[in-house]
Amino acid sequence: MTAYNFAYLDEATKRMLRRAILKAVAIPGYQVPFSSREMPMPYGWGTGGVQLTAACLVPEDTLKVIDQGADDTTNAVSIRKFFARVAQVATTEATGAASIIQTRHRIPEAPLQEGQILVFQVPIPEPLRFLEPRETETRTMHALEDYGLMQVRLYEDIARHGEIARAYAYPVRVEGRYIMDPSPIPKFDNPKLDNCPALQLFGAGRECRIYALPPYTRVESLDFEDYPFTPSKAAGQCCALCGAMDSYLDEVITDDAGGRMFVCSDTDYCATRVAVQAEDAA
Amino acid sequence: MTAQLTPGFANPPIEAAHAFRQVLEAMAHPGRIMGLAGIAAPAPCSAAAACVLLTLVDGTTPLHLAGAHDCAPVRDWVRFHLGAPLVGPQEAAFALGTWDALGPLAIYPQGSAEYPDRSATLIVECVALQASGARLTGPGIKDAAWLNLPDPAALRTNAALFPRGVDIMFTSGAQIAALPRSTQIGDA
Amino acid sequence: MYVAVKGGERAIDNAHAWLEDARRGDRAVPDLEIAQIREQLALAVDRVMAEGSLYDPDLAALALKQARGDVIEAVFLIRAYRTTLPRFGSSLPVDTGAMQITRRISATYKDAPGGQVLGPTFDYTHRLLDFDLENGQPVPPAPEADAQAGPVPHILSHLGREGLIQAEPAGSEDVPDLTRAPLEFPAQRALRLQALTRGDEGFLLSLAYSTQRGYGRNHAFVGELRIGHVRVAAYLPELGFEIEFAEIQITECESVNQFQGSKTEPAQFTRGYGLVFGQSERKAISMALVDRALRARELGEDMADAPAQDEEFVLSHCDNIQSSGFLEHIKLPHYVDFQAELELIRKLRCAAAQGLEAAQ
Repeated sequence: MTAYNFAYLDEATKRMLRRAILKAVAIPGYQVPFSSREMPMPYGWGTGGVQLTAACLVPEDTLKVIDQGADDTTNAVSIRKFFARVAQVATTEATGAASIIQTRHRIPEAPLQEGQILVFQVPIPEPLRFLEPRETETRTMHALEDYGLMQVRLYEDIARHGEIARAYAYPVRVEGRYIMDPSPIPKFDNPKLDNCPALQLFGAGRECRIYALPPYTRVESLDFEDYPFTPSKAAGQCCALCGAMDSYLDEVITDDAGGRMFVCSDTDYCATRVAVQAEDAA
Repeated sequence: MTAQLTPGFANPPIEAAHAFRQVLEAMAHPGRIMGLAGIAAPAPCSAAAACVLLTLVDGTTPLHLAGAHDCAPVRDWVRFHLGAPLVGPQEAAFALGTWDALGPLAIYPQGSAEYPDRSATLIVECVALQASGARLTGPGIKDAAWLNLPDPAALRTNAALFPRGVDIMFTSGAQIAALPRSTQIGDA
Repeated sequence: MYVAVKGGERAIDNAHAWLEDARRGDRAVPDLEIAQIREQLALAVDRVMAEGSLYDPDLAALALKQARGDVIEAVFLIRAYRTTLPRFGSSLPVDTGAMQITRRISATYKDAPGGQVLGPTFDYTHRLLDFDLENGQPVPPAPEADAQAGPVPHILSHLGREGLIQAEPAGSEDVPDLTRAPLEFPAQRALRLQALTRGDEGFLLSLAYSTQRGYGRNHAFVGELRIGHVRVAAYLPELGFEIEFAEIQITECESVNQFQGSKTEPAQFTRGYGLVFGQSERKAISMALVDRALRARELGEDMADAPAQDEEFVLSHCDNIQSSGFLEHIKLPHYVDFQAELELIRKLRCAAAQGLEAAQ
């Protein structure tokens, strides 16, 4: 792969990305348009995240890639391999050992630290898109801070279902200004966005948008005084492998008779706990 | 082109990557002083400012050189290494100079309400950077940070424009600190 | 005990090995050569170049081979390769009036200076399977006429001299580049045309068809369709002159559309424009119709709300690399989102059941 530049992208493209990232950091929650490039993986498979990671990587980085919280899902493996090949960076599955973590749909359970960068892959960056399909309209709403439409929609949910019927990609307000889509993470993960010591970057390749949450940024999940936001997960369950009560759980169907169990979606968190338990038992 | 033209990055992909991470850390932690060395810059440009230019500026980003920085050695260096069009402050994506030479912040592009990102980034050359002076709070800052700002009142006006406004990188020798528009500026 | 699924990496490696094996197919059948694809599947090569936005028949042929004939996959390979190429500059506008023509037809004039040239077209063939092609019969060369004497002017220029068709003045010097700057709405026409020329042929065909069936009807005729070779030149400032660096085959279509006139403009004809790499006339005609449909608003036409007239709708969805990537990404795991939905549905059902009980 010596035919390709360090971290795949040419330097002019990286400069363009880096300028966009800095503007995104300077305007937390605002979606900066950037001229996304075709990458060797399809749009919708993490090209935004891959471009952000490529723009940020240095040879000394240790990279972790997760999809659905797991290091071993096919797309995570594919992206990790890509960077190991084109940037020769070290890779890891340990959240604490990574300097850059690229993720799809989860925030790791282990608290992130200062100096780490969490890169989110984002399919639809515009939180207002499902209320208003036109970019010209949603751009004006953000400019005027006119978020009435979103409030109405959320309140309709409450009127109909008794709660806000959004389980993932639950919208947030950044520093009291921009409404932002946190990518399709379960709302269980939303509180981790707030006041996070790590830098959080969001990349939407197909939609050509980059946005960011600098460290220690105030991020509130939208709610109403009488209907406060509650992070949720499988009620009353713990992980069948490590016994964790505090982690986000995936449901696994175990037989044809409807048998099921719950396991941590964050494979590193789970494996670390299992290893510690084995050590304690020995 | 002058005979004394100093070199740019010896290994651009790697050095630009390192420089960007330092700049990113600085922008993500307003007021935090980061190292940015390794470039023999044309006087009066600091090594840190030259590093920022090599990392972020190219033929697609109009650059304004202010005051003493608008001299033949710097212009030649910019032409050779960056190819950036040299422009007045109103059209600048980036601007380089001392605080006094750069002039009022309002003459630089501030971005629009629809596109606040279309605003200038100013590289302000300073005598020294110190973690003392004005109290900074806001995104990127745990509790508070301090930085010796040249003119807190003018910078407070810039912050009040949020989400519009310019973003600033202060450079001195081989050091950089950043002040994005999102930072709240308290008293000294 | 349950063990979490592992082995993604090995599974991927094995899948790729299988793909390579399947691509080669029966080893008793000779391997396809790139030159065979380039010469004998030339229209597929042209489509890959057009939608891949890269003019290189050999690379497009290679992409088709690697993609097992899947055109969109081949376009994707070309686009990804294109990303890594350095950009030396921009070419000067090509002069299609100076085209070396292989095909040129007009549906609006029976004859015009330069004549109608049918060229290598399927148009009047009977679509009967030709079993002679099965056994590779030798093909005699086609008869040749004298080479075209000089430039062949555009047919619509005749209408222009009478002022019957809206003039298309030269645009601003500063042409935006879709591949270097993100799309922004409202988009100017130059940007729209860029998006359309690399847009998916099937999508544009359907949109163009919808305008013919009444969804944004604009009464199009093919004013002129021409296919041939043009020279591409660039101006080199460091040398102070321009050089020709390539000759490419392109297809150009100008449609003639009725325009009733508006408050500010008298009735006259207007045109839609299509320009595509290679011999791609279905695409070029579709592009011209969609281009014209997208001008509905600027021309002040009533009822400008059909899908083909909606700039955001058309431009946001015409790129098949974007659309196929996003469509196919739903094959990726969504355990976490699905789990969140599952919990929500259970909770809502539970609450509804309790409400029902309470009511009884």
